[in-house]
Amino acid sequence: MTTAGWLQFAAFFIIIIALTKPLGSYMARVFEGERTWLSPVFAPVERFIYRLSGVRADEEMPWHVYALAMLAFSAVSLAWIYLVLRTQQWLPFNPQHFPNLAPDLAWNTAISFTTNTNWQFYSGESTMSYFSQMAALAWHNFVSAGVGIAISVAVIRGVARTTTKTIGNFWVDLTRCCLYLLLPICVIGTLVLVMQGVPQNFNAYHTVKTVEGAAQTITGGPMASQEVIKELGTNGGGFVNANSASPNENPTPFSNLFEMVMIFLIGASLTYMYGKMVKDTRQGWAIFAAMAIVFVAGFCIAYAFEGAGNPLIHQLGVNGPNMEGKECRLGVGASALFATVTTDTSCGAANSSHDSFMPLGGLVPLVNMQLGEVIFGGVGSGLYGMIVFVVLTVFIAGLMVGRTPEFLGKKIEKREVQFAILAILVTPVLVLIPSAIASVKHDALATLGNAGPHGLSEILYAFSSTNANNGSAFGGLGSNFFWNIATGVNMFFGRFAVAIPALALAGALAGKKAVAPGIGTFTTNSTIFVVLLVGTILIVGALTFFPADALGPIVEHLLMLQGKTF
Amino acid sequence: MLAQRRLERRPKSRPLLDRAILGPAILDSFKKLNPRAMARNPVMFIVEVGAAVTTLFLIRDLARHAPAGFDFAISAWLWFTVLFANLAEAMAEGRGKAQADALRRTKTETTARKVDGDRFTIVAANSLRKGDIVRIDAGEIIPADGDVIAGAATVDESAITGESAPVVRESGGDRSAVTGGTRVLSDSITVRVTANPGESFLDRMIALVEGAQRQKTPNEIALSILLSGLTIVFLIAVATLLPFSIYSGERQTVTVLIALLVCLIPTTIGGLLSAIGIAGMDRVMQRNVLAMSGRAVEAAGDVDTLLLDKTGTITLGARQAVEFITAEGIEQLEASRIAFYSSLSDETPEGRSIVALAERNGVSKEDALPDGATFVPFSAYTRMSGVDFGGTSIRKGAPDSILAWVRENGGDAQTNLAPDVERIARAGGTPLLLARNTQIVGVIHLKDILKPNMRDRFARLRAMGIRTVMITGDNPLTAAAIAGESGVDDFLAEATPETKMDLIKREQQAGRLVAMTGDGTNDAPALAQADVGVAMNSGTQAAKEAANMVDLDSDPTKLIEVVEIGKQLLMTRGALTTFSIANDVAKYFAILPAMFAAAYPAMNALNIMRLSTPQSAILSAIIFNALIIVALIPLALRGVDYKPRGANAVLRKNVLLYGLGGIIVPFIGIKIIDVILAVLHLT
Repeated sequence: MTTAGWLQFAAFFIIIIALTKPLGSYMARVFEGERTWLSPVFAPVERFIYRLSGVRADEEMPWHVYALAMLAFSAVSLAWIYLVLRTQQWLPFNPQHFPNLAPDLAWNTAISFTTNTNWQFYSGESTMSYFSQMAALAWHNFVSAGVGIAISVAVIRGVARTTTKTIGNFWVDLTRCCLYLLLPICVIGTLVLVMQGVPQNFNAYHTVKTVEGAAQTITGGPMASQEVIKELGTNGGGFVNANSASPNENPTPFSNLFEMVMIFLIGASLTYMYGKMVKDTRQGWAIFAAMAIVFVAGFCIAYAFEGAGNPLIHQLGVNGPNMEGKECRLGVGASALFATVTTDTSCGAANSSHDSFMPLGGLVPLVNMQLGEVIFGGVGSGLYGMIVFVVLTVFIAGLMVGRTPEFLGKKIEKREVQFAILAILVTPVLVLIPSAIASVKHDALATLGNAGPHGLSEILYAFSSTNANNGSAFGGLGSNFFWNIATGVNMFFGRFAVAIPALALAGALAGKKAVAPGIGTFTTNSTIFVVLLVGTILIVGALTFFPADALGPIVEHLLMLQGKTF
Repeated sequence: MLAQRRLERRPKSRPLLDRAILGPAILDSFKKLNPRAMARNPVMFIVEVGAAVTTLFLIRDLARHAPAGFDFAISAWLWFTVLFANLAEAMAEGRGKAQADALRRTKTETTARKVDGDRFTIVAANSLRKGDIVRIDAGEIIPADGDVIAGAATVDESAITGESAPVVRESGGDRSAVTGGTRVLSDSITVRVTANPGESFLDRMIALVEGAQRQKTPNEIALSILLSGLTIVFLIAVATLLPFSIYSGERQTVTVLIALLVCLIPTTIGGLLSAIGIAGMDRVMQRNVLAMSGRAVEAAGDVDTLLLDKTGTITLGARQAVEFITAEGIEQLEASRIAFYSSLSDETPEGRSIVALAERNGVSKEDALPDGATFVPFSAYTRMSGVDFGGTSIRKGAPDSILAWVRENGGDAQTNLAPDVERIARAGGTPLLLARNTQIVGVIHLKDILKPNMRDRFARLRAMGIRTVMITGDNPLTAAAIAGESGVDDFLAEATPETKMDLIKREQQAGRLVAMTGDGTNDAPALAQADVGVAMNSGTQAAKEAANMVDLDSDPTKLIEVVEIGKQLLMTRGALTTFSIANDVAKYFAILPAMFAAAYPAMNALNIMRLSTPQSAILSAIIFNALIIVALIPLALRGVDYKPRGANAVLRKNVLLYGLGGIIVPFIGIKIIDVILAVLHLT
């Protein structure tokens, strides 16, 4: 561990804290339908879109209509992406003449991008045409992020509103999110990245002769524009296979820091927006604090193990941190931080190979995802996942003050607990059951890169990543029919099986009366609540996976200490 | 001082470990193994299924003559786990049953004299139907619940209330309700039966305390859903461990997996949940309050606003004279004597207090009224009372009435006492003008006397976050003064049944839960509207029907205790849920290294308790899991300690005690059991 590593962490965290409030306030204005300083530019565009699509902007939806609109939109965009990938060889902007994708890979990729996962069983630079990259993938990076944020806004409305049936209009939320939030930041971000040297063109790939005399292909394409939304929308699907480890996608230390900030930016700001919308900004900071505690703890563990390095290599007389699978330009600190950031959120972009982390260093990304991506989390999905945990915490701990548990003055009763439990059940069901099947299934094990505990880690990582809509890969796992289908199904339910109960929960909460808080009521903005929330996330979220993880990374670590590797 | 004695009466408490209850409870806990009954409790049902499955494996091993000691131990302790949970429930029910039996003994078979037109027919009491009319004479037992429609009688209700002093029951008004099983002591009454056989107050009481009608309360249902959800989560975690163990090269036996499952699912709270609910109702019962449902007790814990009648709850029923202010030219002794005369025949508590004050002022008891004096009673029309003797008329009463009377007699109604009248009213007292013939003599200051310790009680309620509202028929001025003195948060003056109802609705509109007490028929709609309505047993049948609790002691301050019991009930649930979930940490560290001791000896690093052998580790965890249920039965029945404090202070304490404690205790407990097993060479 180095001072530079810690300083970079500190700089990153301070920037996030500083940006949370201004962007959060702006987002609150956007989603409350108030005028913003960008309204002169975007309001006419917005109105035009509504007129074109026949959306009545003032029409509010009950939760199930909202959910249906969200599902319908996702279904159509899923079909669109599948169609483009299956027909790309006849479509424009294909200078490398890439063929159409196979059905199972196209299905996997379509679900992957629709669900904001961006799990990639392909290498972008040798599979995707520029048209597919832009019209199918980058476009989805926008709208799948927009869908996530829209759902979280709807869920917050459910929490904030009283005695009403409606929680907003899906089409309006989606449109405003893309127009007022994602687009402006992406325009600026693209320029910043271009300034740092990220390519932005439609050229065919260059082949150059290196100093050593070998021929090297240098990819081009509209990379900078896709890079920003990849991070900002916590999508994570790289333009090229090496993702943010590639010097084209992530050329400088500044671009590295910039990309990490982009990943956390919206997730962190949503907490402040939440506080604004429920009219108690301390509520928002309480959630921010709970997220920050788990984030900092995760980073410290990952950095400690990566920084300490591999004892077996130390025995060979080679001292230093664990550099395997890391980009030398970036180093251990930036890699450990990036890995933590990208798995706390459902981003999944990577600037190092998580597969090559030390066993317990790699456990951090794994556990982050198994918690359900609520540590800042995927844009939107992190916050609504967190609200589910908040409801659960309120219910368990709230009883201890001697009242029926209340969340912001609303009683948590049968229906709310039901929906919260449904959402909580998704992660163990979708991570453990498919992993268990894969661990004893011949064709699943066939493409596994490693045996023993490390192999199990790869399986767990794959399903944790797809369920959490993260999309980062542990490597070492080859694509075949089983994996394409299984991870595809996993991503689909990982997204919608949480979003729908969360919306239902919002619908139930919106209909409730709220009592003004008194000294006898349980407060959800106190220090003790933050501690309880973290405790609930760790005990309910992580304990479920303890047996499985114990047989993967934990035992791998213990065996490594005895000199055994896999 | 009847009221005083009631206040001091302590709740009947029963020792936690009552031999008479424990015996049948043990028997009941076996009866409750019936899977159909167990299915009501998903968590414990899973444990029972697990116990049954491990037993089958045990039988298989025995048939194969394989070593079965470990399987036997696991299977036995799983059965114990189920039995211990059943025992907790049976003990809670047993305590209720003991109370029910005591009630049932008072339910004697009796006959009734049914009125048919102008004839009587003698019928069995249990053949009486709603609407029948019966006549009861002195010495007879009232055959059914009903309303007195003619006559008045003193009734001994000690069978129901435990209060030995007889009460008066009369037709009309708020004291017309009689309860089956009580005895008429004097006079005779005609009663219209209001309950069919089996539906009487006593029957319902017995059914309620026995738990026969027990339905899960809303919060209990929500908690059950949470516990079922957690059970499913752990079921998945444990079931998937079988393929993972095959992958890892050490296939786990079903017995070991079931042991892990039972350790992880929230058996502590799952096993004690229904006992907590039953015990909550039982504790209410011990304070002589009859809750019509567990839901009502639970709602009591949630109460935000408490409506309290001024008279009888905040103040003693009667006002007392505290001073005589004399008009110009009248001696204090003279005024006192006139006041004394005015009240000598006035048997109201106010009248008696005037006499007492006069005597303290030096009026001698021998100053009796001359013969031939006629007492003029108070009437709502004249609004004064007094006495006439030998040409002298003395009156005391409402100031405007007295002034009018003096004027009528041709006297001078001008008085310099107006400021005093004003002052007394402002201070929350009642001014009575005192006049003799044409002369105004002085003002009697009647004062409401607060019940002792009410200020403290309201402060306690405030600390719990409960707002108290005083309901009174007084004018706003008087009400404000008493409210200020007693320390209630708010008041409703010049209250009528309608304004009372409006207040409740307004509070409920704002999302608050309202509790109130009442006894009159005109309280019935408000009692029904309130979330927690406590009717006084001395009240009318209508009030009792509308309320969801009946206080057998008719002590309106009891509501405060009921609220505390409700809070304690919810806290106990939360504390044990937290404890139960926190326990899992230690159990993982006990069982996981043990499971994979052969495949991955390195995993022993996780055996931080240094448990002796893998088998002992698993067994210790299971034994701890079973014994902790027994250890917590007293807590479940008694409820967690409760002090009225703000939510954050209560939370901090409980989180430390049951959250942190829940993490630490099992580490110690499992280690101790492991050491004992090792010493006894049981593994």
